Amino acid sequence: MLSRPSWFNITSLVVGFSFLYLPIVILIVFSFNDAQLATVWSGFSTRWYGGMLQNEQLMQAVWITLRIGLTSATLATVLGTLAALVLARQGRFFGRSLFSGMIYAPLVMPEVILGLSLVLLFVAMDQNQGFWTIMIAHTTFSMCYVTVIVQSRLSEFDRSLEEAAMDLGCPPVRTFFHITLPQILPGILAGWMLAFTLSLNDLVIASFNAGPETTTLPMRIYGQVKLGGTPEINAISTILILLMTVGVILASVLTKRQRLKRMEEERLAAAHL
Amino acid sequence: MKKPLGPVRRAFSPWDNPSEQPFIEFCNVTKRFGRVVAVDDLSLKIYEREFHALLGGSGCGKTTLIRMLAGFEVPSEGQIYLQGQDLSGVPPYKRPMNMMFQSYALFPHMSVTKNIAFGLEMDGLPSREIKDRVYDMLALVRLEGFAKRRPHQLTDGQRQRVALARSLAKRPKVLLLDEPLAALEKKLREETQLELINLQEQLKITFLIVTHDQEEAMTVADRISLMHMGKIMQNATPGEIYEQPNSRFVAEFLGDINVLDGQISKKQDDEVQLYSSVLGDHLDVHYPTPAEVGDHAALAIRPEKMRISLDKPEQTDINAIRGEVWDIAYMGDVSIYHVKVAETETLRAIVANTTRLVQRPITWEDQVWLSWDSDAGVILLA
Ligand SMILES: Nc1ncnc2c1ncn2[C@@H]1O[C@H](COP(=O)(O)OP(=O)(O)O)[C@@H](O)[C@H]1O
Ligand SMILES: [Mg+2]
Repeated sequence: MLSRPSWFNITSLVVGFSFLYLPIVILIVFSFNDAQLATVWSGFSTRWYGGMLQNEQLMQAVWITLRIGLTSATLATVLGTLAALVLARQGRFFGRSLFSGMIYAPLVMPEVILGLSLVLLFVAMDQNQGFWTIMIAHTTFSMCYVTVIVQSRLSEFDRSLEEAAMDLGCPPVRTFFHITLPQILPGILAGWMLAFTLSLNDLVIASFNAGPETTTLPMRIYGQVKLGGTPEINAISTILILLMTVGVILASVLTKRQRLKRMEEERLAAAHL
Repeated sequence: MKKPLGPVRRAFSPWDNPSEQPFIEFCNVTKRFGRVVAVDDLSLKIYEREFHALLGGSGCGKTTLIRMLAGFEVPSEGQIYLQGQDLSGVPPYKRPMNMMFQSYALFPHMSVTKNIAFGLEMDGLPSREIKDRVYDMLALVRLEGFAKRRPHQLTDGQRQRVALARSLAKRPKVLLLDEPLAALEKKLREETQLELINLQEQLKITFLIVTHDQEEAMTVADRISLMHMGKIMQNATPGEIYEQPNSRFVAEFLGDINVLDGQISKKQDDEVQLYSSVLGDHLDVHYPTPAEVGDHAALAIRPEKMRISLDKPEQTDINAIRGEVWDIAYMGDVSIYHVKVAETETLRAIVANTTRLVQRPITWEDQVWLSWDSDAGVILLA
């Protein structure tokens, strides 16, 4: 039943969403601004999208960001999944609560402190700052998000499935790949996506750990804005927003369709068809 | 047994033969979870091709016992043998037995075929043979048309049969079933019990079933082990365990029973007389018992072995006591009469409703006689 929305509800909705999306809408609008100055509207144009592709520094930043995102997300997913398995499976072991507390700590630790401590570590290890240091730093802080997601998926997982597999002659390692992994895969993929997004978004930790040759996209955008932003920045930000939106919509449509299909099939099965 | 079974059950009693080697043997097995003793110094022998039921209330250790046999739990003490071989240290994936889980534990991301083939693929059988075996299994559980479905596309009953097919596909030496029918509705459950019996006759493998449903245990099993707090209270055939319970616990667990406390007042061989102070009467019992005159004991009689009449029975070699009808429970096939025989004692008698009577010949507050033969009751010492 749809009830007529009250004026109060409509107003709070409009205010809330404006608060959230007005800045983004302005960003998108100004990416089509013909003027060099970001604050004055002087007619519609797509020239900054072309200009963006010509801007070598910007494209290099995109490339570095993607490489860091892909590698750190993958590494974080592997490590985070292993940590989740230990925490969910090992039952009680000596230092379990300490261990799980330590896994979750980066969730609440200020980024500045995390960035600083990693710098100190890399300096102490005499590492040149650059691609690898950012990549490792991103892995460190995004791994705990993967752990949280995979662990929640594991807690729903019916362990008798693993026992059934072993009962049928499947050794433990094979059981993991044949039974456990397919069941927790959605959680692992979601964890990877989150780790990738976190890496794309990060400015603070990357700034601490970047070398002279490695500038990530957020760092580049921030730097350009400091110098007086060009509309190219608006253009590339708009594209990022577009990609994210498409990704989120696609994911939710797919899961919804799958759920509906499953419900329908269960209904049919119950009706003895 | 409620329904005819096709072939009559074979005469089968290897446990009576002292030279027969047990197929599975639990030797003084104890399992502790922290302070909880789930299985307590338990010994049990199960013979080849036996259909054995572990019966007991929730939490008495049935699942723990069967999980130790499958290898999912390690005994705290004691040994388990299969065909004389100690199973300790053998991991679950190397034990020649398969388990059907209470939750069925079907692999949700695999089709029915894949589920059934899983164990065979683990054994590395040629794909031709796997295909044949899966087909045989599907035919056995009558699911030929469902091969390509996923578990969530099946009804409860179909899932149960897939789980059964999967656990039988490897032709295990022992099939373990943990409350296999608990999720099914009553009618389907009764049908499936009969199917299990037929399957076991057909496949000639040893079945060990866990259940909390005494009717189920009585229907399917050759022998029943009645468990309580991690121990086996009695291990006997359904007939023996029902007719000759060895303790008050067993007697009261299986069906309804009248228990009268008393003291042995006379004894000559198997002819015993028990004095019941509540009734103020001596009762005759024909039952072998080690009790001696003066010992405290109880007489237990099943309600269906009690007769109820308005007049005093004419026979003199039976027990007969007076009482008043206190309550009548009409159950359709039978009526249960609650008869007050003393201020603090009510006994129950079951009468089959053989005719369709609207008016009962015996009704509330009637003065009646309860009578039973001297060999109808049993003497209980514990
Ligand atoms: N993994 C476990 N950890 C701790 N206690 C357990 C575990 N498994 C079973 N128990 C305890 O052991 C006792 C017997 O359990 P179980 O064998 O499952 O009983 P049943 O199957 O007869 O209902 C119960 O008290 C139960 O709480
Ligand atoms: Mg159980």
